[in-house]
Amino acid sequence: MTVPVTGKSGSGAGAVTWLRRNLFRSPLDSVITIISAVIAAWVVYKTVNFIFVTGRWEIIRRNEKLLMLGRFPEVHVLRWSITAVTLAGWGGLIAGILRARQIASGSIVPDAPFSARRLGDLAARFWIPAVVVLLTLGLASSSGPWITAVLAVVAAIAGRLIGPFIGRVKLGRGANATLYTFLAVLPVALYFYVVDAVGFDDWGGFTLNLFLAVVSIILCFPLGVMLALGRRSKLPLVQLVSTAYVELVRGAPLFVLLLLANVALQFFIPASLAPSKATRSIVVFTLFTAAYMAEIVRGGLQSVPTGQSEAAKALGLSPARQTGLVVLPQALRNVIPAQIGQLISLFKDTSLAGIAMGLFDVLNVASAIPAQGDFRGQGLIGETLAFTALLFWAVSYTMSRESQRLEKRLGVGTR
Amino acid sequence: MVSAPVSATRVPIWRNVRVLQWIFQLLVLLFAVLVLAWLWGNYQTNSERLNIPTDLGYLDNPAAFEITGNSMSQNAPVRTALYEGFLNTLRISVAGIIAATLLGTIVGIARLSQNWLVSKIATVYVEAVRNVPLAIFVVAGLSAIVFGVLPNIQEAWDLGFLVASNRGIAVPWFEGGTGGGLLLLGLAAAAVAWGVARWRRSVSERTGEPPRSGLFAGGAFVVAMIVGWFALGYSATLPNVDGRRTAGGIRVDPSFFALFFALVVYTASHIAEIVRGSIQSVPKGQGEAASALALSGFQRMINVILPQAFRVAIPPLGNQYLNLIKNSSLGAAIGYYDLTLVTQTTVGNGSPAIPAFALTMVIYIGISLFTSVFVNIANRRLALVER
Repeated sequence: MTVPVTGKSGSGAGAVTWLRRNLFRSPLDSVITIISAVIAAWVVYKTVNFIFVTGRWEIIRRNEKLLMLGRFPEVHVLRWSITAVTLAGWGGLIAGILRARQIASGSIVPDAPFSARRLGDLAARFWIPAVVVLLTLGLASSSGPWITAVLAVVAAIAGRLIGPFIGRVKLGRGANATLYTFLAVLPVALYFYVVDAVGFDDWGGFTLNLFLAVVSIILCFPLGVMLALGRRSKLPLVQLVSTAYVELVRGAPLFVLLLLANVALQFFIPASLAPSKATRSIVVFTLFTAAYMAEIVRGGLQSVPTGQSEAAKALGLSPARQTGLVVLPQALRNVIPAQIGQLISLFKDTSLAGIAMGLFDVLNVASAIPAQGDFRGQGLIGETLAFTALLFWAVSYTMSRESQRLEKRLGVGTR
Repeated sequence: MVSAPVSATRVPIWRNVRVLQWIFQLLVLLFAVLVLAWLWGNYQTNSERLNIPTDLGYLDNPAAFEITGNSMSQNAPVRTALYEGFLNTLRISVAGIIAATLLGTIVGIARLSQNWLVSKIATVYVEAVRNVPLAIFVVAGLSAIVFGVLPNIQEAWDLGFLVASNRGIAVPWFEGGTGGGLLLLGLAAAAVAWGVARWRRSVSERTGEPPRSGLFAGGAFVVAMIVGWFALGYSATLPNVDGRRTAGGIRVDPSFFALFFALVVYTASHIAEIVRGSIQSVPKGQGEAASALALSGFQRMINVILPQAFRVAIPPLGNQYLNLIKNSSLGAAIGYYDLTLVTQTTVGNGSPAIPAFALTMVIYIGISLFTSVFVNIANRRLALVER
């Protein structure tokens, strides 16, 4: 690539201009710059000092399994490894199939598979989670996580390479349905594979946080869509029921709902059905997020022009088909970024389950391990909380960046 | 064209859209009622079986616990404890909302600053804080900052007017002053403030200076309150270290401090994004026009851009305020006696769980509704009137 290079002699002057324009525009600006530079330098110094000098990371090294998996029995950890590798391959496969279908339908232009641009793009998108994963691996005390990670990467790449072959084949209706069913059932099967060895109540650590968030966001989806449709319905009773639900749930704090579920759910549900703590938290997260999801979907429904449903009506579609085939797909597409935002917020809120219900989630582990025999009284909670915050941050930040990217690609608000 | 004669046969009842719609609605309602009735029935049978009351009679039982930093006695009824918890929730919410709005606005403006360093710092702050759970800030606020940074009471930082230790931060506070006298003083100060506001308006009409009556009236109110306070013989005390505790002044509990820190830092990062978005939504011409009128950068921001930006920002800001109020319930995790912790404690002391939590929930929903009504009024008054 040839980029016109500005004269080398001018680069020094360019730097001075840049400084003058961006840092020392006026006397006041210079003062602000100097003050904030001092503060920034202090914060950076403190952080670097904490990470490399004063931080005692032994506690993380020794408790990494606890932070990641909770009290999951050591014998069965292999099942998580197999699950992780399979999920990586599954994700790669779906990405490959989707891309091939998009190319086939002409919605994206194919690009050389290993062009420097695409590799650079991938690196820019995923270097943060990659660094965090490497860091976590570096702190691991056994070789298990390493093997899992390497196999997972291999599986993801393999899936991504096989996917396009499946995606390019024109499948009949039956075959297509089988493929989708297989892809949808696989994670559920993996869940049963893990839960078969260790009951859901003994799960813990960061995996539990991830699992709670993903399951609740999926479960809340049908309820949320129904509430949104109900709230926009012309039928007064339906509207009343949906609006009352949404507004009441949105007015109550999630933390109090979790506390209530912890002490009170057994009163409302017969003893035979009374679910375990982890299940209870899923019930609360689902019912709570459904109200927010309803508002998001309602926004999406409002963003679909009336002409769309009028056109559907003119084609003689029944009201259910007008909504299901014409309005709802467009509405849901428009709100994908907002839904990811809700997923991020739910993911962060899963840390409340540990505090309110005593689940052994990552935050609960992080506040408990500084009191372990070997580490007691050394004030190590800063280290454990920092590590926990890093895990949450890396996942949330990556998701929000990906959602911004998706927003641009979907062209929300630009068409 | 001759229209075909309308057929005399009516639409059969099972295909009449209106009938079907009503049947559907009744089914939905029936379903909702059945679910509620099932839950309610289970609740009644289980409560009866376990012999747990289902009414609000527990409010008169003694609370049997103390609230840190409060003079409430152990024998006070649960009612009083709940009221104190409610006040604590209000305190943290009001303080948090004010501080988070200020910090968030500053950070939001800083993100758009032309100063590269300032805007980078603001960006890093927002991106780092927004993606970390609030619960971590709350726990960190108490254990890492209060107990990690602040000293023991024996070696408290005593600045004369301020005593900081891990027992809390003590600041000067007023003493004395009760019911009637306080009310009279408040009324008198309000009258002074009203007079000052009128005087400012008349000055403004005569000379054309900006009236700034709100600012002057607020200042006059504070000055009148303080002067009147001491004129009536009330006093104020400075905090000092007294053995293993602080005496005098008012002590802000460590849990309040930690919760306040967490709520402000976290909510400010969300408010900053709202402020940034709404500043960007103000047409560029407004800022250029302000520059053309030779306003300084500060004047341009305060007088031209921010008033228009906040008009856009009010609904999402209101949402953040509601979130902050609801998030303040996390104080229960670190021992701040807000509504949630008071309820949790009374339930631990034998109050029936469901009435207690239901009442708390109703109070929270009430606060939320009240706040959103307030925000809606503000929004309606500030919204641009369009055709």
